[in-house]
Amino acid sequence: MNPAPAQEALHAPLVVEFPFTRSLGPVQSAFLTGLRERTVLGVRAGDGRVLVPPAEYDPVTAEEIRDLAEVGQTGTVTTWSWNPAPRRGQPLARPFAWVLVRLDGADSALLHALDAPGPDAVRTGMRVRIRWAAERKGEITDIACFEPHEGPEGGAEAGADGPGERAQPRAHDGQFPGEAVTGITAPARLDYVYTPGRAQTRYLNALAGHHTLGERCPECRKVYVPPRGACPTCGVATDEQVEVGPSGTVTSFCIVNIKAKNLDIEVPYVYGHIALDGAGLALHGRIAGLPYDQVRMGLRVEPVWAEGGRYPDHYRPTGEPDADYDTYKELL
Amino acid sequence: MNGTVSKEPVAVVGIGQTRHVAARRDVSIAGLVREAAVRALEDAGLTWADIDAVVIGKAPDFFEGVMMPELYLADALGAVGKPMLRVHTAGSVGGSTALVASNLVSARVHRTVLTLAFEKQSESNAMWGLSLPVPFQQPLLAGAGGFFAPHVRAYMHRTAAPDHIGSLVAFKDRRNALKNPYAHLHEEDITLEKVRASPMLWDPIRYSETCPSSDGACAMVLTDREGAGRAPHPPAWVHGGAMRSEPTLFAGKDAVSPRAGSDCAADVYRQAGITDPRREIDAVEMYVPFSWYEPMWLENLGFAEEGEGWKLTESGATELDGDLPVNPSGGVLSTNPIGASGMLRFAEAALQVRGQAGDHQVEGARKALGHAYGGGSQFFSMWLVGAEPPAS
Amino acid sequence: MTSPREVAVVAFAQTDHVRATDGLSEVEMLLPVLRDVLGQTGMAAGEIDFTCSGSSDYLAGRAFSFTMALDGVGAWPPISESHVEMDGAWALYEAWVKILTGEAETALVYSFGKSSAGDLPEVLTRQLDPYYVAPLWPDSVSLAALQARALIDAGDTDERALAGIAARSRESARDNSHAQLRGSEPVDTLLRGDHLAQPLHTHDVAPVTDGAAAVVLAAGDTARRLSDNPAWIRGMDHRIEAHSLGVRDLTDSPSTRLAAERAGLFDEAAGPPDTAELHAPFTSQEVVLRKALRLGDGDHTAVNPSGGALAANPVMAAGLIRIGEAAARISAGASRRAVAHATSGPCLQQNLVAVLEATPAGAATGTAAGTAAAADGSEGDPE
Repeated sequence: MNPAPAQEALHAPLVVEFPFTRSLGPVQSAFLTGLRERTVLGVRAGDGRVLVPPAEYDPVTAEEIRDLAEVGQTGTVTTWSWNPAPRRGQPLARPFAWVLVRLDGADSALLHALDAPGPDAVRTGMRVRIRWAAERKGEITDIACFEPHEGPEGGAEAGADGPGERAQPRAHDGQFPGEAVTGITAPARLDYVYTPGRAQTRYLNALAGHHTLGERCPECRKVYVPPRGACPTCGVATDEQVEVGPSGTVTSFCIVNIKAKNLDIEVPYVYGHIALDGAGLALHGRIAGLPYDQVRMGLRVEPVWAEGGRYPDHYRPTGEPDADYDTYKELL
Repeated sequence: MNGTVSKEPVAVVGIGQTRHVAARRDVSIAGLVREAAVRALEDAGLTWADIDAVVIGKAPDFFEGVMMPELYLADALGAVGKPMLRVHTAGSVGGSTALVASNLVSARVHRTVLTLAFEKQSESNAMWGLSLPVPFQQPLLAGAGGFFAPHVRAYMHRTAAPDHIGSLVAFKDRRNALKNPYAHLHEEDITLEKVRASPMLWDPIRYSETCPSSDGACAMVLTDREGAGRAPHPPAWVHGGAMRSEPTLFAGKDAVSPRAGSDCAADVYRQAGITDPRREIDAVEMYVPFSWYEPMWLENLGFAEEGEGWKLTESGATELDGDLPVNPSGGVLSTNPIGASGMLRFAEAALQVRGQAGDHQVEGARKALGHAYGGGSQFFSMWLVGAEPPAS
Repeated sequence: MTSPREVAVVAFAQTDHVRATDGLSEVEMLLPVLRDVLGQTGMAAGEIDFTCSGSSDYLAGRAFSFTMALDGVGAWPPISESHVEMDGAWALYEAWVKILTGEAETALVYSFGKSSAGDLPEVLTRQLDPYYVAPLWPDSVSLAALQARALIDAGDTDERALAGIAARSRESARDNSHAQLRGSEPVDTLLRGDHLAQPLHTHDVAPVTDGAAAVVLAAGDTARRLSDNPAWIRGMDHRIEAHSLGVRDLTDSPSTRLAAERAGLFDEAAGPPDTAELHAPFTSQEVVLRKALRLGDGDHTAVNPSGGALAANPVMAAGLIRIGEAAARISAGASRRAVAHATSGPCLQQNLVAVLEATPAGAATGTAAGTAAAADGSEGDPE
């Protein structure tokens, strides 16, 4: 037997990224539309508390809540932490404080950033006010951040910047000039490092030399291609390497007539399951080298490699007679 | 298994679902699940305070881009201060979720449980979520249908089924969907000719034989015998439920008729005292994402002998007025919010035995099977519900 | 609820937890743990009645990541199996319920997490409200620091006390060969270090860990057959709180308190636990949990003798490990009554509490059954 050699496991970056499109529902729509118009809305819960940001459902009674109320744009820090090294996507690029702020007139707190020179300038109970983003489009980031604010609760220094502060929330119909914001786009990117593991590393390294190495289960003796580290029926590690192929048998297939977004293959083409000689199960690949409508179950094929490809580009007929159904029916 | 433990009978007393569409742009994720949950509560004549625990299921979190979204949904589902469990068993998850909820009642851990499954696929794109590129792995060269099409071909080869069976299933399910106001696809002008003329995407699977991508949610209220006694509408009783799993890919796997599926069905029938499923079961809601899976599952679930499933379909037995109606709701072929699709099967089976399926009601249905599967035909969950309480 | 049927932890295994595995896939990391835990019971996977696992696609960065882990179980012939997208402690809960139904006598529970794959504090931002909070990308350390500040403001703790928790935990981990961080600098040295997110220092935060764990549960006589010293689950319950941090009192954990009450932790006849394994990835969260579980600051309860999550924090497995560690201590004769806790979500949003006990002396054949309390205080309906 050929015990599997120890090899440095492969790693590669894996980026998971998508711009999610989120519809809002009426309460969240009113809140985010309000931010665009420099107005902060809360919602009145069953116990009379005004929740900011507004919840769609009462956290105590679970009832749907819809009664909107406008609250102030100044508030009080209820707790905070200092963020010395801001990360991608966070509200400010320079060190800042995360704060929970209870806006004047609200009974719950809103999470956001506070722009402050350092942790010594931040304390629980301090007064802060909203700093609006220059361009607002109906997102939570329309609040650029909070900033320290000198002034009493409910003070009357509204100025030109907005409706100003009010300690008492005022009923609001949620209507604003212009089109209501009904959805947001939430781009999200996460960066991972992926390792396929030791068994697949062995397989991939051999594949680079155009050898297909399966691994045999010590219990059931089946040969796994590609090996995944464990025999899935016996639950034990596979570590005896067995070269399989290069030829194999088409066990089943479909003719693809729809062009996939991320693939540069002309349709129609054939996507097949191929049991390489000596393997305990089929793998998949494209079948070419003959008209697509002549591909059949039992066709004998061999891999065709393209320059620089990690996997065979496709499989083509070997010219051997077709395999008998009984020889591959267990491999379907 | 243990003579000293007697299970509490479990009743389905509330069922709710959303009107399934490609994109529900008028609600948040919370608003979507809430709609199904409120309808289930109303059906059960209960309020949030009557619910002891919430069991929620959905397929991969990447679909909505929210990790463990049950945390954010706790408020919307009235779960604050209560136990909340989140199940994920790939495509079978809607069924598995209902079974986890059912176990909470049958073990007498809770009396009344809300269970719910959802997917809001319009938040992203199903194909993106299903095929995140993983380094080193050979890309799937064929899309979702291409993954299953070779198995369909293997079935056709094995059974010598004629080519047109798949189109019969699609035509039937789409017509059934016209009788289901909640179904996603309402193709009023559907004809068998149109199905047969639709483009062949992954030969042998045609466009009209594939499932849509939907936003939707489904919820049920499960309760004990006493709760069932108070319910305003007739309950459906759980006579048997089981999950079975086998590995994704393995030497000797039968992708056409996976053993996990037949074992799961056998377990459910044993619990329910079913010896001849074809005769004793009045309606079936099975997970058929591509039309050919109807004849395949008919065999796998014991409704037809091996190789004979397509004959049952061809005979018309699985039509709404046949003697074994399959997917009277229109099934997954007409509605597919992935994470909720399994629970919809379970819920539709329950609606049938409650006599509340409306225009797609199977006359006199007393016992119905709900079936779900997922992964590479490896995860199965099923339940059998009846109009009468189980014999104990 | 308290358990109406005798169910015990009869085996527990875990990896040697590390910052990043040496190129192992999830299944390669998990496989030895599964072999170990099954080996302790002498059972094959096929002899187990029910299997349940816990893991997260977001942690792995791949959809359906749990499906490949099933390869390590040996699920053939097909098995009765389920999965929660939660910490393995909740998988154990599902398995416990399955045994309570009478449909299973034994269950295998496992969970795994390779936190090293991504940037953990950033990944966890995806758990937050997707409309109002997630777009701000507030990392989990910053959120825990908000909670710590609230505790300090309330007079519940201070930075020195928190450093004391860190030092005690990691010193305890010297005796735990599986732990990632074993041993600690003294508190004065720790306090001279920089803040990670004021008021939290680096020492207040759990390490980033790759690891896996598995537990076997068994009922009644089966448990007695499989283990000389089963750790009986006397009760288990879990509760969730509102999601928004701005509506919660971050200095308290009513969900933990309620779960503990339902699990029978506060039964006066039983007395306080001698051991507590708390899933507190931040020192400040131990303060909240001690209060909710009424553990006080006294010596009657050894808190996190394993070192806790501060010594090794494989996300998705760290809660299950708390139950496993508590059970192992009972099985080793070092504890009579232990409480194990698991958490999920930002700032302790969701919490699970399990109460485990040794078989009382002279009660080895079944009289140790817990009270057969009916569900949620109902009268039950015996057949």
